[in-house]
Amino acid sequence: MSELKRIDDYRWEVPKTGAMHVPGRVYTSARMMKTLEKEDALRQVSNVATLPGIISASLAMPDIHWGYGFPIGGVAAFDWDNGVISPGGVGYDINCGVRLAVTSLEKKDLKPRLDELANALYQNVPSGIGSTGSIKLSIKDEKKVLEQGSRWAVRQGFGEDNDIENTEDNGCMENADPSEISGRALERGRKQLGTLGSGNHFIEVGYVEEIYDEETARRFGLYKDQVTLMIHSGSRGLGYQVCDDSLAKMTKHVRKLDFEIPDRQLSCAMIQSKEGQQYFNAMACAANYAWANRQVLMHLSRETFQRVFRIGPGSLGMNLVYDVCHNIAKKEEHVVEGKKRIVCVHRKGATRSFPPGHIALPERYRDTGQPILIPGDMGTASYVLSGTQKAMEETFGSTCHGAGRVLSRTAAKKASKGRALHRELQDMGVLVKWTGRSTLAEEMPEAYKDISQVVEVVHEAGISRKVAKLKPSVVIKG
Amino acid sequence: MKYTLIDHTADFGIRVSGSDLKDLFENTAYAMFDLIIDAELSKDGKEFDISVSGYDLPDLMFNWLRELLYLFAGKEMVIKKADIVSISENRLSARITYSDYDPGRHEIKNEIKAVTYHQLKVENKSDGWETIIIFDV
Repeated sequence: MSELKRIDDYRWEVPKTGAMHVPGRVYTSARMMKTLEKEDALRQVSNVATLPGIISASLAMPDIHWGYGFPIGGVAAFDWDNGVISPGGVGYDINCGVRLAVTSLEKKDLKPRLDELANALYQNVPSGIGSTGSIKLSIKDEKKVLEQGSRWAVRQGFGEDNDIENTEDNGCMENADPSEISGRALERGRKQLGTLGSGNHFIEVGYVEEIYDEETARRFGLYKDQVTLMIHSGSRGLGYQVCDDSLAKMTKHVRKLDFEIPDRQLSCAMIQSKEGQQYFNAMACAANYAWANRQVLMHLSRETFQRVFRIGPGSLGMNLVYDVCHNIAKKEEHVVEGKKRIVCVHRKGATRSFPPGHIALPERYRDTGQPILIPGDMGTASYVLSGTQKAMEETFGSTCHGAGRVLSRTAAKKASKGRALHRELQDMGVLVKWTGRSTLAEEMPEAYKDISQVVEVVHEAGISRKVAKLKPSVVIKG
Repeated sequence: MKYTLIDHTADFGIRVSGSDLKDLFENTAYAMFDLIIDAELSKDGKEFDISVSGYDLPDLMFNWLRELLYLFAGKEMVIKKADIVSISENRLSARITYSDYDPGRHEIKNEIKAVTYHQLKVENKSDGWETIIIFDV
């Protein structure tokens, strides 16, 4: 692979060579480059650039790390009429994403009830591998979830109408077609709605530690020391099965097409082909399931807060700031070299970063740009950013999604041997509850990149703006 | 039974060997379930026959493992043993022995979300067969 070319302090180019249709562009810093060079992720950036119909560049955000096929932290836009769509460009956990809610509580209210809140959340929100929830869907109702997303959840009483408008795409991709979902995927989804899952998924109660942009923070409803709730989860087994089914189909399909792919995990179909549309419409079902899932998780958390603090919904004031997805393919309009084009933007471990004035944003965020939610590791901090015009011009309206791993799970387990991680976290002011035997070790803070460095890059590069920093107090892990 | 763990930053994989194809596919099934679960052998094993096809050996391996993973994730079957009855480059049939998943008895060690196609290899080496598979965890 050819050498990286430094464009400026925060942009590096992977020059176009071999079968690449466009160059690669990586947003990072000299300091973060050191961890990047160890990985194969850059080759993956180049591989994506060989796929038909890719526009401008194969992009990588500063939290880039090795994925399968596409790198995690990758963004790639393909021409809607002459480009491809790839399940590997979205990932297994379709519409894995984050939502942030604020409350009327303050940091000082949290302290006396910290233990009680942590225990109650751990008990009331089903978590862990293969966890099942209290909602058992009939196949008929499950298909409604797949069609309606957040709307289904709110109609069932799991939330409020204004939760919907504060969710990306109003919590529903309209092209969802449940007839494209296999019996296997339906079966896996039936009992998992309203469950957190395992791995890096979490519920985090924290508070606003620092504000960088007073006016935008005010518009987002954020103020210093305010108690917040962050939820990170996705489409559970249903989403994995949709990706798995689609990938198996596409590996067969792609052999009939007139181009070579460098890795079978990059299997894809032309967006306009039958196979391409089938995946896009199945993916939308899984995306809707994920939005309904996070909506139910927020409702369960809201009820738990009310019980623990012995207050009603009015006094709690738990309002959704926004809900973003970071594993998705979207049909969007972008201006490329002065011309409007319809493209399919793949964001795999990347977040949308739409600017002020964008039509897709709810009224209340038209002047500020889209709220962007960037969770860090469980000990450090999470960030709230806002979308920018520069992101529209350079990254198809995209930015980073989180910290990104630096240690493999095995390496993390090794590094944590003999240590009481939960006590270390407690010393950092974080109370953690977890289910899986090795979850805590695998997810330890050292296993992740420094989130503040990731955020610094996207802020300085101008593809999103820092608004506020949140500090965790309680973390529930699957 | 020999398998080694391949350690990647975000995911992990296994390298498995076998004296012939039958041995390789059986060992790989064992390795995947050894990663997923602490499954003590019990006498209540039930049997189940499956057949899987693929357009070449890597595709056959991919489909074999995703079928077994589905039986666990979707049907809650903990697979104890997989005996390959017949195998060619495009098709295999197998008899599997399993017990129903019981959270009180089986401890899940790792969640494997999916079997990936990334860098998947099935190779005939001088001293037998070898496969490399990366899982999404």
